[in-house]
Amino acid sequence: MSEGSRTLRISLTVNGKKVEGDVEPRTLLTHFLRDKLSLTGTHIGCDTSNCGACTVLMDGYSVKSCTMFAVQADGSSITTVEGLERDGKLSRIQEAFREKHGLQCGFCTPGMIMSTAFLLKENPHPSDEEIRWGISGNLCRCTGYSNIVAAVKYAAETSGGDSN
Amino acid sequence: MKPGQVEILESEEHGVAYSGKSIKRREDQRMITGHGQYTEDISLPGTLYASFVRSDYAHAKIIEVDFKNALKLPGVIGILTGKDLEGKLNQIPTAWNIPGSDLHVPRYSAIAVDKVRYAGDPVAVVIAESPYIAEDAAEMVSVKYEPLDPVLDMEKAEDRSSPLVYEDVPGNRAFLWKLDTGNVEDTFRTADIVVKQRIVNQRLQPASMETRGAIAEYNSGTGITTVWMTTQNPHVHRFLLSVILGIPEHRLRVIAPDVGGGFGSKISCLGPEAVICYLTGHYGRPVKWNETRRENFLATTHGRDHIQYVEMAARRDGTVLGIRAKVFANMGAFLSTAAPGVPTILFGLILPGQYRIKAIGCEVHGILTNTMAVDAYRGAGRPEASFIVERMMDILASELKMDPAELRRKNFIPASEFPHAVPTGLVYDSGNYVQALDKAMQAIGYHDLRKEQEKLRKEGKLVGIGISSYIEVSGLGPSKVVRSTGFGLGLWESATVRVHPTGKVSVFTGGNPHGQGEETTFAQLAADELQVPIEDVEVFHGDTGMIPFGMGTYGSRTTVVAGGAIAISCRKIVDKARKIAAHLLGVPEIDILFEGGKFHPAGDMDHFRTMADVALAAYGAGGDEVPDGMEPGLENTSFFDPENFVYPFGTHICYVEVDPETYKIRIKRYVAVDDCGKQINPMIVEGQIHGGIAQGLAQALYEESVFDSTGTLLTASLSDYAMPTAVEMPSIESYFTETPSPHNPIGVKGVGEAGTIAAPSAVVNAVMDALSPLGIRHIDMPLKPEKIWKAVMASKQKAE
Repeated sequence: MSEGSRTLRISLTVNGKKVEGDVEPRTLLTHFLRDKLSLTGTHIGCDTSNCGACTVLMDGYSVKSCTMFAVQADGSSITTVEGLERDGKLSRIQEAFREKHGLQCGFCTPGMIMSTAFLLKENPHPSDEEIRWGISGNLCRCTGYSNIVAAVKYAAETSGGDSN
Repeated sequence: MKPGQVEILESEEHGVAYSGKSIKRREDQRMITGHGQYTEDISLPGTLYASFVRSDYAHAKIIEVDFKNALKLPGVIGILTGKDLEGKLNQIPTAWNIPGSDLHVPRYSAIAVDKVRYAGDPVAVVIAESPYIAEDAAEMVSVKYEPLDPVLDMEKAEDRSSPLVYEDVPGNRAFLWKLDTGNVEDTFRTADIVVKQRIVNQRLQPASMETRGAIAEYNSGTGITTVWMTTQNPHVHRFLLSVILGIPEHRLRVIAPDVGGGFGSKISCLGPEAVICYLTGHYGRPVKWNETRRENFLATTHGRDHIQYVEMAARRDGTVLGIRAKVFANMGAFLSTAAPGVPTILFGLILPGQYRIKAIGCEVHGILTNTMAVDAYRGAGRPEASFIVERMMDILASELKMDPAELRRKNFIPASEFPHAVPTGLVYDSGNYVQALDKAMQAIGYHDLRKEQEKLRKEGKLVGIGISSYIEVSGLGPSKVVRSTGFGLGLWESATVRVHPTGKVSVFTGGNPHGQGEETTFAQLAADELQVPIEDVEVFHGDTGMIPFGMGTYGSRTTVVAGGAIAISCRKIVDKARKIAAHLLGVPEIDILFEGGKFHPAGDMDHFRTMADVALAAYGAGGDEVPDGMEPGLENTSFFDPENFVYPFGTHICYVEVDPETYKIRIKRYVAVDDCGKQINPMIVEGQIHGGIAQGLAQALYEESVFDSTGTLLTASLSDYAMPTAVEMPSIESYFTETPSPHNPIGVKGVGEAGTIAAPSAVVNAVMDALSPLGIRHIDMPLKPEKIWKAVMASKQKAE
C-alpha cells in the first residue's frame, strides 16, 4: 500500500556536495540518486541485490544502493561513478577499464568500477583470484570478466597506492 | 605469437592507417563516467508510469479483472485491460513465416483478453503518477481465473489428450519443418556404423544486464509519437509497431539510446512497447515503463530449448556419411518475431558443420507450450546445431576408438574446396579448418596433454580434453535468400556517409550496435576509406528520425553488412571527390591518385587537394565549385545487400578436471582459435570472443530455465538463475587465423556469436572425456555436480 504523502527529510553528502531531499521512507537509495539527483550513472539491473549495477560507496564502503532505503543514507557520504573524476581527469580505475577493454555495453560498468574502488582500497595489490572474488558481487553479461580482471590489475599497478 | 595477437593483412590500395589496430573505444568515455544514456535514464516532464499486472498462472481463463480499489489509489490515472485495447491494437506479428511447414501463427494480443498462456502474460496495465504508485496499484488489481492444465512437455504436446494452448492450433504444433538431402534413408541403412543420442539443449534466459523498457511521448502539435526503447533494431520495431498501433510509419520515431546488451532478446517486437506508445497518445502525456528483473525473466524472450534425437552415420574408417535429427523445438506461448526461423533455417542448414557430410536430414516440430516465447538468443539456432554435430563427432570417435582431433581432420572440407556448396544449399564462402585445428592443438599442446591425461588417469584423476570445431552462418544476409526462407524483410543494410564542408565526416549506420563497439570500428573503417583523421569521423545510429531504414544488429551481421554499406558509400564519395579534385587541379581524372589523404596527379606530390579541400568545393564554398553538370554536395547513401552469408569458424579446446568426490568441474585451460576474416579492431574482436565463450560456458555448466509442474518459472530472479560471476569464469587463451570473406567489400566475417556457438560442445566434450573411464557417454547441460553424481551412480549400478 502507498504510504501516501508521508515523507522524511534527509541530508547527506553526495560526491562531495551537501544535498537534502524529502523522501518516502520506502524510497530506495538508488531511486533517490537517479530520480531526485539525476545521477543516472548508477544503474538498476535486478531486484534481488545480485547484479551490483547499483553499487556506490557509502562512507567508503561499497553498498548496493537498490537494497538500501534513502533514509538509511541520512548523514552519510556517498560516492557514485560521477564522483570519481578529479579536475576533469579520469580516475586510474576508469582509465584502466578503457585501457583494458573492460566494458562492452557499459551497463554494469559503473557498479563494477565502484566495487573495484572499494576492493583496491582494502587490498591495493590483489591477486587474480582476489580480484575475481572482489568483483563477484557484480555481474557482467558482455565481457566474460577476463578483461575486467585485467583492468582491475592494471588499475592496481598504476595507482601507486591511491585507491582512486 | 602471444594470445590475442593478430597477423594484420594490410590492404595496399587503401594504405590502411586505422584498420587492424586495437584502437581504444570512443564509447567508453561516457560509460566509465556514468554519462551513458540508457532508456531508463531518460526523463521527460509530466511523465506517467506504467506497470503491468501479470498472470501467476501458466494457463487459465480470465473470468474477471477487478480494479475498482486500485483505481481509487491517489496518483492512479487509469487501468486498462486486454478488452479495453481490443480494436485499438492489432495482434503481435510474426516476421519469419517459414514456407512449406504448415505454419500456424496464432493470434496473440499485447494484453491477454480471454485467456492467459504463460505465467507472466500481461492481464492489465496500470498508469500512475509515479512508478511506486503504479506498482502498488498493480498489486491491488484482483484477477479471477479459471485455471487450465498447462502444456509443458514438448514431447507430449502433440498427443490428442494434451490440452491446447490455442483452440485453433491442433496438436499445439505451430509448424513441422523438414529437410532431406534426398539420400538420408539409404545412407543410414547402409552405413557401417550409426551412433545415436538424445540431446537436450536446455532453455536459457538471455539476461542482458539492462532489462527492457520504453518511454514514449506523443506530440499533439506535430502528431508524431517518439519512443525511446531498448531495441537492437529500431527501424524494424518502428515498422512492426506501426502495424500493431496503426500509427503511420512516418509519424512514429523510434530511438535506441545506449542499449545495455540484448543478445537477441531486444530484437522481438513484444506487447508492452506497443502499449506504451498507445498510452502516450491516449493520455497526452509521456509514459514510461521499465521491466523489473523478474518481469524480464518472465516475459522477455528465452532461448534454445530443444529436445533432439540425433543420429550420425559413418564408415568404419571414420568417414562421416550422414547426420539426422528429429527435433522438438519449444516455441513457448506465441510465435515471437523471428522465432519460427531460429530452430529451422538457422539450425538445419548448418548441420554439415565443418565437414564433407553428404546426407543431412532434419525434422523440426515447433511446439507451442504455456511458457514464455522462445526466440533468438546469441547464436540462435547455430549453437543448437553445432552442439549436436560436435557432440556426435566425439561420440563417434569414442565408438571408433579414434582420436577426436583426427576424426575431425579426416572429415574437414579442405581449404582448396572453397567456395564450397554443402548439401543443405548453403555455399560456404572461405575457410581453412585444418589451420585452425592445428593452431589450437599447438597452443594447448594437445599431444603432451593427452600423455598428461593418461598419467593423471592412472592416479585416479578425472581429466578430459574437449574439442569443438564450429562453423556459423552469419552476416545475415543476402535478401533474396532470406526472403526465400520466409523472412518478412530483406537483410541488407544501409549507410549514409556525409562529408561536411569542413571535411569532417558523419556516418549514419542502419546497424545498431548495443555494446559491440562499432562507433569505434566504423570510425576506423570510414577514416581509412576516406583517408581522413579518425577524430574527424563521428558515427550515429539508433534514431529512425535521422538514419535511413536499417535492419539492426543480430546474427553477427553489423560489421559485415553495415560495415560493407559504409565502405561502399565511402568509395562512392572518393569517386566523386576524385572528379572534383581533377577539376580543381585542372588535370584529367584518370591521372589522379588518392593516397596519404591527398588527391594528386601521378608523379606530382606538390599539387594536391585533401578531402577537406574537395568538400569545401563540393558545397560551392571558398570560391571553388564542382565541374559542370555535377550535383553539389559530398555524401552518399547506399544499401548493401551481400551476395552470400559469411562463415566464421574455428576450433576451441577445453581442458577440465572433475573432482572425483564433489564432481565439481574446474576448467584448467581454454584455448580458442577463431577466424572472422579480416579484423578492423582486434581488441574488440577478442572481447566479443571472450563474451561469447562466457555465455557458451555458462550454458554448458550453469544456466537453465526451470519451470515447476504448474508452469511457474522457478528461475525468475538472478538469485535463482545461475549466471556466472567472475569467480566461475576461467581465463581465455585467444588466438586467431584470418581468412577473408570474398563476399563483402571489407573481407570481414561476423564474430559476435562465435564463442557462444563453440564453447558448449568444447566444455561438454571435455567433461565427457574426463568421465569416460566411468562408463559415462553423455549428460545433458548444464553439467551440474548433482547430475554427474547421478550419472556416476547409475553407471556403477549398471556395472554391478
